[in-house]
Amino acid sequence: MNTAKEPFQFVTASNLTCVENHVANTINKLLEGLDQASDAAIFYHTFQTLGEHHFLTEGFSNDFAQWVLSAFNQPMLAERLASIDVRDYVSVAALRNDLKMITAEFCEQHPKDADQLALEPFYFCKAVQVTVPLTWEANTLAGFRAGLERLTHASFYHHFLASRLRLQLRTNDFSHWFSVALGLDELADKANRIDIYTNTLDSARAELIVLVEKEMTKKEARA
Amino acid sequence: MTSPQVLAANSLPSAAALSPIASSLDPYVPLLGASEVAELHALARPLEGSCVDMVNSTFVGGGVAEILTRLLPLMRGVGLDARWHVMAGDLEFFEVTKAFHNALHGTSHQFRPRDFEIFMDYSQRNRQLVPQEGEFVVIHDPQPAALIEYRSAEDKRPWIWRCHIDLSHPSKEVWSFLERFVSKYAGAIFSSPEYSRQLPVSQYLFFPSIDPFSDKNRELEPSFISGVLERYGIDPKRPILTQISRFDRLKDPVGVVRAYQIVKRYFDCQLVLAGGGASDDPEGQVVLQETLEAARGDRDIHVLELPAASPLDVNALQRASTIVIQKSLREGFGLTVSEALWKKKPVVASAVGGIPLQVIHRQTGLLAHSVEGAAYQIRYLLSHPKIAQKLGEQGHEHVRENFLITGNLRRYLTLFLHLKNCYKQ
Repeated sequence: MNTAKEPFQFVTASNLTCVENHVANTINKLLEGLDQASDAAIFYHTFQTLGEHHFLTEGFSNDFAQWVLSAFNQPMLAERLASIDVRDYVSVAALRNDLKMITAEFCEQHPKDADQLALEPFYFCKAVQVTVPLTWEANTLAGFRAGLERLTHASFYHHFLASRLRLQLRTNDFSHWFSVALGLDELADKANRIDIYTNTLDSARAELIVLVEKEMTKKEARA
Repeated sequence: MTSPQVLAANSLPSAAALSPIASSLDPYVPLLGASEVAELHALARPLEGSCVDMVNSTFVGGGVAEILTRLLPLMRGVGLDARWHVMAGDLEFFEVTKAFHNALHGTSHQFRPRDFEIFMDYSQRNRQLVPQEGEFVVIHDPQPAALIEYRSAEDKRPWIWRCHIDLSHPSKEVWSFLERFVSKYAGAIFSSPEYSRQLPVSQYLFFPSIDPFSDKNRELEPSFISGVLERYGIDPKRPILTQISRFDRLKDPVGVVRAYQIVKRYFDCQLVLAGGGASDDPEGQVVLQETLEAARGDRDIHVLELPAASPLDVNALQRASTIVIQKSLREGFGLTVSEALWKKKPVVASAVGGIPLQVIHRQTGLLAHSVEGAAYQIRYLLSHPKIAQKLGEQGHEHVRENFLITGNLRRYLTLFLHLKNCYKQ
């Protein structure tokens, strides 16, 4: 079995939610907030929410879409905002631009609706993350599989989702390690294509374990 | 004046301890999983031996004391030296702080300059309360907020202000008085973004939490639940709609009766309105009478005035319910919602206070904005039991992730690690 050039260091990640000073009570104000809020806030309401609501598989893709639906009952705008796939972005600036563009189009086409008062306001938040290395690391796929099973949702989320923007790449910590440390580009690619919107974190992890096991079986057969 | 008090490790106020209090995380393993507990220990490891001083104004009674009673043993269990100090005061001080509390909730009050002097006088008398040594100080609520004024120049620790109350519509006079102290803290913690203020310091969001092992939330034997239903004359075979809350206009018990009356045209169901607060509260008595009047003639409406400490009855009623309602007109955080969700109950609730944080519409429950809306959502759930079940299950997960006491421990550990990193630089 291949031994990695560098071990995979599992970490535990924990987030503190901080309240920013932007509040929106209309869709126009949301647009203003999307323009002025920090990058960390945009990241929080798009990426972080996937981790916090990991057990939901329907209709919950980001906080902006959810708010537009529940506070205004505007399914069309909600649907367009929800269709944004964070995996398409390598920077928060690009993600922010698309969120602004969709919202601005709505405000332009529906000026009255854009000024309607929300049933409940939207508070822009951001997260401060703290990570602590765990006492285990992996040098082989077998070790990796064992470590993966022991991770909590928060830590799995950290390696699999939050890592995308941290790395400034269209990948995640796991795929990055498969490719760079083990030379397993195909596995890296397959892992990166696990659908994070239709899966819970648990089912995404289960899918990843299946992929890793298949790779291990392939390697054993070759040996 | 009562003397300042400090609780030594493992000594807890017995009056607040209705059920055994866990000091180790081991009992939480079956609920959270071994990994989650292992990671809590991993987060605590860099903080081992750190001294945390928590300060509030009472050991017993009230939500803050209840939280600290359960949280501090867990902090000690993961290796922190957590201490609890209670501010000393007497009637004149607590009358002022009670008036402050009400004014911060938006009640108008005519303050005299003397009230502010009393507040500062007692803060000054308690200046020695927080020990000089230690790593972190957490001051709970407004009563001890001014202690930071008396911090010694050598004290470089991060002091954090934990605000448990709703500051969304505070009295300007009281808030501007308190703000000058709060601005001196390293950060402030609020229970909901709605309660936060524009402040020059970091504002963290810590949700209130429930303990799954408390009497209000622990698993109960089916025979115990049946016994409670029998005692109150509730039929276990027909759907039970329940609202647990004080008899208070802001909880809108009469609105709940009206919603039930609409539902009753379509479903043979029962309504349980259970809560305390009427016996020692003149307005509570009036609201109870109004509720009884609205319910008159319907034997399927059970208005139960429970004694203050009936956590097991509340637990049983929630567990026996088909749907739990929280149709408040205004709400603090509304932890009764988390209690119901933890029991996998579908919830129909108003979108006020902290409720939308717990009830994500169509995901972990249903939100309503009127009597008719609440009735419609209840009918919808009674007609779609599978959807009701799914909402309850997702609600349970939501509480497990965000509103359990272990989540509170995780947030404090994360905050302390974050502050430790900041103060190192």
